[in-house]
Amino acid sequence: MILTVHHRTRYTYDRAMRGVVQTQRLTPSRFDGQSVQAWDIAVTCDDGARMVPGGSFRDGAGDLVQSCSIVGPVTEVVVTVSGTVETVDLTGVLRGHRERIPPEAYLRPTSATAADVSVADLARQATDGVPESDGLARAHRLSEAVQAAIAYRPGVTRAHTTGAEALALGEGVCQDHAHALIAAARCVGLPGRYVSGYLQATENGTPHEAAHAWAELWVAGLGWVGFDASNGVCPDDRYIRTGSGRDAREAAPIRGIARGPGTEALDVTVAVGQAQQ
Amino acid sequence: MTQAQAFFNEMFDAGGVRGPYQQLQSWVDDMPAELRSLKQAEAEALFRRIGITFAVYGEGGDPERLMPFDMFPRVFAQDEWRRLERGIIQRAKALNAFLADVYARGEIVRAGLVPRDLVYRNEAFEPAVVGFTPPRGVFSHIVGIDLVRTGPNDFHVLEDNCRTPSGVSYMLENREIMMRLFPGLFRENRIAPVDGYSEELRRTLASVAPPKCDGEPTVVILTPGAYNSAYYEHSFLADLMGVELVEGQDLFVEGEFVWMRTTRGPQRVDVIYRRIDDAFIDPLCFRPDSMLGVPGLMDAYRSGGVTLASAPGAGVADDKAIYCFVPEMIRFYLGEEPLLQNVQTWQCARSEDLKYVLDHLPELVVKEVHGSGGYGMLVGPKSTREAREAFRARILADPGNYIAQPTLALSACPTFVNEGVAPRHVDLRPYCLVGDRVTLVPGGLTRVAMTEGSLVVNSSQGGGVKDTWVLSE
Repeated sequence: MILTVHHRTRYTYDRAMRGVVQTQRLTPSRFDGQSVQAWDIAVTCDDGARMVPGGSFRDGAGDLVQSCSIVGPVTEVVVTVSGTVETVDLTGVLRGHRERIPPEAYLRPTSATAADVSVADLARQATDGVPESDGLARAHRLSEAVQAAIAYRPGVTRAHTTGAEALALGEGVCQDHAHALIAAARCVGLPGRYVSGYLQATENGTPHEAAHAWAELWVAGLGWVGFDASNGVCPDDRYIRTGSGRDAREAAPIRGIARGPGTEALDVTVAVGQAQQ
Repeated sequence: MTQAQAFFNEMFDAGGVRGPYQQLQSWVDDMPAELRSLKQAEAEALFRRIGITFAVYGEGGDPERLMPFDMFPRVFAQDEWRRLERGIIQRAKALNAFLADVYARGEIVRAGLVPRDLVYRNEAFEPAVVGFTPPRGVFSHIVGIDLVRTGPNDFHVLEDNCRTPSGVSYMLENREIMMRLFPGLFRENRIAPVDGYSEELRRTLASVAPPKCDGEPTVVILTPGAYNSAYYEHSFLADLMGVELVEGQDLFVEGEFVWMRTTRGPQRVDVIYRRIDDAFIDPLCFRPDSMLGVPGLMDAYRSGGVTLASAPGAGVADDKAIYCFVPEMIRFYLGEEPLLQNVQTWQCARSEDLKYVLDHLPELVVKEVHGSGGYGMLVGPKSTREAREAFRARILADPGNYIAQPTLALSACPTFVNEGVAPRHVDLRPYCLVGDRVTLVPGGLTRVAMTEGSLVVNSSQGGGVKDTWVLSE
């Protein structure tokens, strides 16, 4: 499938800021499931300010990280991502992805992915009767259990809601599903991580967000396999993978800090479409 | 301790005064009591004037204390020091080779010599720097190795400090003050100087300038600020090296580089000797609530725009559980036999070790894996039954957090006490510098347990310091 992405993130400040520093994970991953045909990231700011590109490098998880700084006074920063990616359905398997971080490193919890008793119970019940040798089946059971336990409902959780809190609420969005799944997987010894990317909108009304997130679980013999508990599927050719980390914060497409007295407002628009063949 | 002679006395053996201490015998014999108390008062006045204090927490009141200084020097003969030096340099090289390895291919883990989980699930293992090779492959630029002596030729490593070992300012100040108090001693004895340390440190830091640095590298020291217990040392070292002492707010990232605000405008910074923990150095990469660090610093670091010393993630080599594998590291990376011995260590994470530890608490020293400064430890022979029982519960609640070692018979060195001169137990922390070369100044920080029989030398627990001499040929 050939997918087109238009993703615009606009930061505005009610008072001029002295400067902004950003770290970005906005480039599609390199693996057998996707190849970039065109990709462009542009950062613009108001006329009085100056954008300075920062260093870029590929990190140990295989993500391309780019940084930039804006020298103020600045009241507006716009990050525009546009491109075309050809995707192949690998039923969630991250085949051909080069990375250096060992899967064990993902067994350490972050505050967003720490398990509590309820998460541990869910994990045990979901995998009950499934042999440890069948990691793939255990991963599927966990994803199904998280989907059943957390109904998709935007607006009830916030950016800092943890996976355990979302499970207690019983409602949440893709970030919450991913955090809860990572926490549950760790309880049964499966490394898990957070993945951010894009999802092409479908017509049939299944819940989705074009700027999307899901989890990957480490399955011995297969490697990293994606699980989208929000939609009850493994990522296929409608998905574009960009960055990963132990939780949403680490995998965030953009992390930034602005220096100055102003208050930040954020506006994001994302459109993912299928190109005409 | 009940067995008064069960330790090595550094000054006296069966044959009388040992070689390195010959000159000091007459020095102490000839010193009238009045002169001694005069000199002691002078030393304290000097320390107060310079402002060398340290902080003790958890006891209430003002945490700032004056470090007890003992005027009786601790002395090594040249040949003793040469042996020690070889062992320390060997260890510093192996620790750095280990760090370069576990953040790259992890050969030592693949070879089955260090358990995977111990490395990769370690809270000091930093995924954000996997695959990044710092300049010259050095992660730990200042390695502080804590040693104890148990015999004429027996030195044991208690622990390694690969992040930001503190205390080197005491090594330098103790010498400075001894030279002021007793200039005659330094004329009569050939004592190797330690004041080359600050220049060697500056040179070492400059030698690991990042790939994008062209020209003479600018080095700075990054401190958490005046409220940090080691702030004095940060400003002292900056002063001696002739480099700026900065806080996070004095630095900013613009483009690919880190800049320092100065009165003459921004100046690019190439090497940061940071005395701030990994978690706090960059809120964009680590703890987002950190006010101490520099946003974007890790991106500039990982793209070769600045060097951080020590490298983030270096702490995985000085973990007390990893410690057990340092002899293996020396064999694996250097193909040599370890010159310094480890102390036998029981890891409570292992069930058979845990059982042994719980059965032998009165004989053992039990420490937290990530603890430091003598906090959170149990010294079995000195403990009460209640303390042991309380500690037993803590170990059982989280066995993986504890290791245990036998109570070592630390060597003793003559020390001025109220009644005159008496042996007190000492340890040693030398500071090994790793850059384009690996060097060690002839000396270190000798810490002394000022209380009779005590084996705890930490300043936070009533320990003091001594000048440490290495005699030239």
